[in-house]
Amino acid sequence: MSANNSSTLKMPQGKFRAYLGLGLSATGILILLAMPTLISQYYVYLLATVFTTALLATSLNLVLGYGGLLHLHHGVFYGVGAYTVAIIMTKTSWPFAVAVVLGPLVAALIALVIGWFCVRLRGLYFGMLTLALGQLVWAIIYRWNALTNGDNGIHAIPVPEFLTSVNSVYYTTLIILCLSLVILYLISKSPFGLTLLATRDNPMRSESLGIHVRRHRLTAFVIAGFFAGLAGVLFVLVERSVAPSLLSWNKSAEILIMCLMGGLTVFMGPTLGAVILVFLSMFVGLYTEYWLLVLGVLLLILVLFLPQGILGYFIKSNDKKGGV
Amino acid sequence: MDFATLASQLFIGLSRGMIFFIVSAGLTLIFGVLRITNFAHGSLYMLGAFIAYSISIFFGQGPNGFWLALLVAPIAVMLISLVIERGLLRFIYNQEHLMQMLLTYSLVLIAGDLVKIIWGTEFKSMNIPTILRGSFNLWGASLPSYNAFLLIVGPIVALGLWLFLSRTHLGKICRATATDREMVDILGIDSTRVFALVFAMGGWLAGLGGALIAPTTTISMGMDANIIIYAFLIVVIGGLGNVWGALISSIIMGVGEALGILFIPGVAIIIPYVIAGVLLIIKPSGLLKSAW
Repeated sequence: MSANNSSTLKMPQGKFRAYLGLGLSATGILILLAMPTLISQYYVYLLATVFTTALLATSLNLVLGYGGLLHLHHGVFYGVGAYTVAIIMTKTSWPFAVAVVLGPLVAALIALVIGWFCVRLRGLYFGMLTLALGQLVWAIIYRWNALTNGDNGIHAIPVPEFLTSVNSVYYTTLIILCLSLVILYLISKSPFGLTLLATRDNPMRSESLGIHVRRHRLTAFVIAGFFAGLAGVLFVLVERSVAPSLLSWNKSAEILIMCLMGGLTVFMGPTLGAVILVFLSMFVGLYTEYWLLVLGVLLLILVLFLPQGILGYFIKSNDKKGGV
Repeated sequence: MDFATLASQLFIGLSRGMIFFIVSAGLTLIFGVLRITNFAHGSLYMLGAFIAYSISIFFGQGPNGFWLALLVAPIAVMLISLVIERGLLRFIYNQEHLMQMLLTYSLVLIAGDLVKIIWGTEFKSMNIPTILRGSFNLWGASLPSYNAFLLIVGPIVALGLWLFLSRTHLGKICRATATDREMVDILGIDSTRVFALVFAMGGWLAGLGGALIAPTTTISMGMDANIIIYAFLIVVIGGLGNVWGALISSIIMGVGEALGILFIPGVAIIIPYVIAGVLLIIKPSGLLKSAW
């Protein structure tokens, strides 16, 4: 995703690409809308998982790919969003709508607190502080038995009648994913998004141009936290249970791998990464219990031979190599 | 709270800090010289423990098994590290942090499943050698002998590292490479061989940490994940690449964790992260000067 492509200089190519993208997305959405009538319920469920994961990965990429920040523990906001819904639905008599609204908001609030400290640091130190504070949230959820049921997680979370069938969950996750992707795309193309790119590519110069680098980074962090929390809400709809593993460091690493696999510099990269990883883990799981070994080898190949990601490889952007 | 309990808990915390130090000293050396964030360091530590276990089992869990394991396991891990460095890492020295991090993370995934394939999933345990079993009394506090042994090994390792880094020619080259790699190249020293040396040494330290912890704990999958986040935080708090910073923050973490277990057992698990978070917020660049 490049700042240059939206400038007048590259207009023809930019316009063609925009139409192509629009056409592809429209076709894709039409196919996806028809999906539940074509495939078995299990695959419908699997696709709902893909949508949830895609939203999560795309939200991370706002910070990682566009902001260039080494955010190592994005799973925390996913987990916080999911746990917020789970706790409200099982411990209080508040309506479902409140839970759904509060999920992303609480995640964004936690992101604000964690981000407020992290944006003071740079590079690896930023990453390590996200790791430390993220692990802190994980440990609290893991230990606070009275509220979170600790290691066991919360199961059989009640949801409204109209969200009990696999198909309705499928359409809900699909619609929310599409809306969120549009919003995230518009954010990435907005003056804010472009300024964020500038702070990634040259923080010092941005600073001297009068851009408040920290505030832009914090805003991106909070937006990413919000959408990760929304993905957490979707997770609850799909699985109707939560567990501390949602916030585990391994989960966060998995999201990072998805972003890398699709391509950090391309908006739809993380979505592609999510599609590949979710399906692959399912298929590999049919044949062997050593999925992590397969994932490890895959990641190794990716880093050594395709560091720009799959979409990044095909879409030659004029952009400076993205990421951290 | 009597003095004896406090003293023995402090003692255990300090000796745990020594394990943290041995592992994170390797990590911080690699950080400082290679500028690589090596997530696989925890896996090397785990491999050290499993290899030590296999050696001691081979010798019938006898007293000699432990000493032999302590000698051989770190060397075996060192050789594995050397293969990793020459075979993979040296191709990504020019990549970004994230890529290097993810490459070492792929090794974490691979090593985890390989250990599962080779050693199986059941928990394993290793005997403490007879001479280090039991505990001794000091001013009324009962202190386990093995922890005393760790408290001797830790400073020996620290001293050895100090002698190597400040008194030997090779150590000076390592420090020079950490400060200015290009300059070292210009002087006609092959810096990639220094990298291989330092990575192998880091691997040796990780293996030593694993072999030392093996008799005191159940050897299991997941050892890698437990240690690596601690080790990372220790290294960053101490100042990237600074061995003495790693020593100080290891002790802070070890003692902090032990006191947490003593005073607030329910939430002790969060103590190291709280310490790390607070230290990073008040002193973002690390306690001591970073090598970077």
